[in-house]
Amino acid sequence: MSETWIILGATSSMARVFIRELAGRGDALLLAGRNMDDLKSLAQDCRLRGAAQAEAVGFDARKPGGFAALLKTAQEAPGVLNAAVFVGSMPDQAEIDADPSLVDGTVTDSFTGPARFLQMLAPELETRGKGTIVGVGSVAGDRGRLANYVYGAAKAGLATYLSGLRNRLGRSGVHVMTVKPGPVDTAMTWGLGPQPFMTTPEAVARDILKGIRKKRNVLYTAGIYRIVMLVIRLIPEPVFKKLSI
Amino acid sequence: MRWNTAEYAGWGRALRAEGELARPERRSVLGAALAEGLTPAIGNRRSYGDACLNSGGRAVDMSRLDRFLGFDPETGMLTVEAGLSLGEIVAVMAPRGWLPAAMPGTGFATVGGSVAHDVHGKNHHGAGTFGQHVSALTLINGQGEQRVTQDSELFRATMGGLGQTGVITSAELKLARCKGDIVTVTERRAEGLDEHLALLDGSEATYSVGWIDATAKGTAMGRGILEEAETGAGLVPPMKRSKTVPMDAPGFALSSPVVRLFNAAYYRRVPARGRSMVKPLGEFFFPLDRIHDWNRLYGKRGFHQFQCVVPLAEAEALREMLRRISDAGLASPLAVLKRMGSGRAGFMSFPMEGYTLAVDFPARPGAADLIRGLEDITAEAGGRIYLAKDSLGSPNRVRAMYPELDAWREAVQMADPGGALATDLVRRLRLRDKV
Ligand SMILES: Cc1cc2nc3c(=O)[nH]c(=O)nc-3n(C[C@H](O)[C@H](O)[C@H](O)COP(=O)(O)OP(=O)(O)OC[C@H]3O[C@@H](n4cnc5c(N)ncnc54)[C@H](O)[C@@H]3O)c2cc1C
Ligand SMILES: NC(=O)c1ccc[n+]([C@@H]2O[C@H](COP(=O)([O-])OP(=O)(O)OC[C@H]3O[C@@H](n4cnc5c(N)ncnc54)[C@H](OP(=O)(O)O)[C@@H]3O)[C@@H](O)[C@H]2O)c1
Repeated sequence: MSETWIILGATSSMARVFIRELAGRGDALLLAGRNMDDLKSLAQDCRLRGAAQAEAVGFDARKPGGFAALLKTAQEAPGVLNAAVFVGSMPDQAEIDADPSLVDGTVTDSFTGPARFLQMLAPELETRGKGTIVGVGSVAGDRGRLANYVYGAAKAGLATYLSGLRNRLGRSGVHVMTVKPGPVDTAMTWGLGPQPFMTTPEAVARDILKGIRKKRNVLYTAGIYRIVMLVIRLIPEPVFKKLSI
Repeated sequence: MRWNTAEYAGWGRALRAEGELARPERRSVLGAALAEGLTPAIGNRRSYGDACLNSGGRAVDMSRLDRFLGFDPETGMLTVEAGLSLGEIVAVMAPRGWLPAAMPGTGFATVGGSVAHDVHGKNHHGAGTFGQHVSALTLINGQGEQRVTQDSELFRATMGGLGQTGVITSAELKLARCKGDIVTVTERRAEGLDEHLALLDGSEATYSVGWIDATAKGTAMGRGILEEAETGAGLVPPMKRSKTVPMDAPGFALSSPVVRLFNAAYYRRVPARGRSMVKPLGEFFFPLDRIHDWNRLYGKRGFHQFQCVVPLAEAEALREMLRRISDAGLASPLAVLKRMGSGRAGFMSFPMEGYTLAVDFPARPGAADLIRGLEDITAEAGGRIYLAKDSLGSPNRVRAMYPELDAWREAVQMADPGGALATDLVRRLRLRDKV
């Protein structure tokens, strides 16, 4: 019996590759995002690749008024219901420095918007007693850095939220996996110059699927970032505050 | 639109370009990038030379515009975005009994790139080129966006048209039926050129291609292995996980003694009486794709591929080419001989009825002179060199090999009067200049 996945931020470069894998194995897909044209062509792509069903549904992290309708659609899905969150935005730190009001949107896109929806979805999953939630955070959330600390703060918030949600939902058989990608070759990083240990959306999708199978709690991808971030977290704050890495 | 300033190269890596690249992931973003000014499109850069380069200018990388848009299981009509790779089409459609009607030797070629060089496959003698199975496509050029269908001049100028008539955004492909996702392959030794050509001439298989030992001399010159194949249904182990060549190989990796030894062993691998076996589709059609970045085996100077086609009556020209190649001691193990049919879809398409020979040469001293000599022989034999592979051709001679160049140029001039779509190859060979 195929499972249903609700994907928040389905248009993201990273999500698209992950979704294709799900489509290829015949899952049903609720593709949520804010651009209906993009979502519709994505849904068609998924159907042709073998998805049992693929539907475009509206989700704007900044417009929580629409969440209830999305939740209702999700509730109608039979069988195992899963969710994955790819939503996020990373404005240039310099732009945020110039216009502090951008903090709100950044935090809403990467943290509070998706968290609020997951919060609404949680009881449904608890009732079903199974399913998986995948939340895409970032290594940027592991330590606040000069280059992107507002985005990093939002991702740190999401990671802490997911940790708590894991604690809660684990009790009713629902698994929550936090994914922390290092740099990935997507629209978000295009044109930002060379990045260390950059990986591909294909490799990330493979890692996520494997992580789901193995019920991993926190997944770094590329894997080397588990070590890189361990080192970065160990740097004492008095030293760290003088670095620009 | 964010533009990435990058150095990039074609598959051969001997020619490079620096310029700005955009890589839209959706149709709307492509529109926005082109609204800043029309630029050439590039695919997965599996052309060897400078067809996919625009030095000092901009280009749009289409590889993320790779969605399936529609499929009719009754007729086999498949509509896709132009950045979709043929390998992906095979992976999704072959289990349902459909294949692209023509496929080059790499599954990484995109639909756009396959149109722009009107590529051919191991079934060219029967099925013709990729473009002969395209029924319509969408183009963005100086005149905006339009759907182009088979019967127009613009269509003929676009097939094999080197991207000069516009950015291809989507294409409607007539897929061919296949029985399943495996192939039965028969391999036979050919002891020399005459036998090799005779086997190719006599082959009745749907797919046929000859691997050629381009280091062999004397009576063994032209020896190789003829592979013939048919698709089928059955169960074979899946393809092994792909491997990556992590860095540029040192220069001696493909030195002439190494290649001679390798080729001799590769030849003897097939027993003298031949053999048949069953393989997954990908292993037969895209044998090198499992080794990612294999072009790095040639070291950082890169390599050139020479590919020509000569008319059937010009077997002697092939003999002369092989003699020069084996004397020069520069060939790599990658060398292919195939009989082509007459199928071609556009003014600038490569194929003609005859034999096509393709050989890789590391970019070492002597390679350029050797290739120019091979180009001479091709021209004298009334043949043609393949622009998807070319990096050294001389303008006048190449132009003379393409008799419909004028018709192509006229259509291109209408589609892109400002010359915004010109690439390094088009400039090097002065293909759009009026003479
Ligand atoms: C291992 C290997 C084996 C090969 N075997 C064969 C073979 O058997 N037969 C054969 O015919 N070829 C063969 N080729 C060559 C290859 O099929 C062609 O070069 C093909 O064009 C590569 O496609 P691409 O998407 O990488 O295009 P690129 O190399 O990126 O671009 C090639 C040309 O296509 C144009 N182009 C690409 N996309 C678009 C678009 N969307 N709109 C407009 N123009 C576009 C570019 O401007 C450029 O002129 C082989 C190549 C390799 C590496
Ligand atoms: N690329 C990296 O190096 C990297 C590294 C670590 C973590 N990440 C995270 O990975 C996730 C996927 O990113 P990506 O790299 O694939 O980049 P991307 O293609 O830019 O994806 C970002 C996605 O977020 C969506 N989004 C943004 N704001 C939204 C809002 N208000 N409401 C609904 N959707 C919104 C976008 O939707 P639209 O299509 O509507 O714009 C898009 O689908 C993000 O959470 C990102 O932070 C990326």
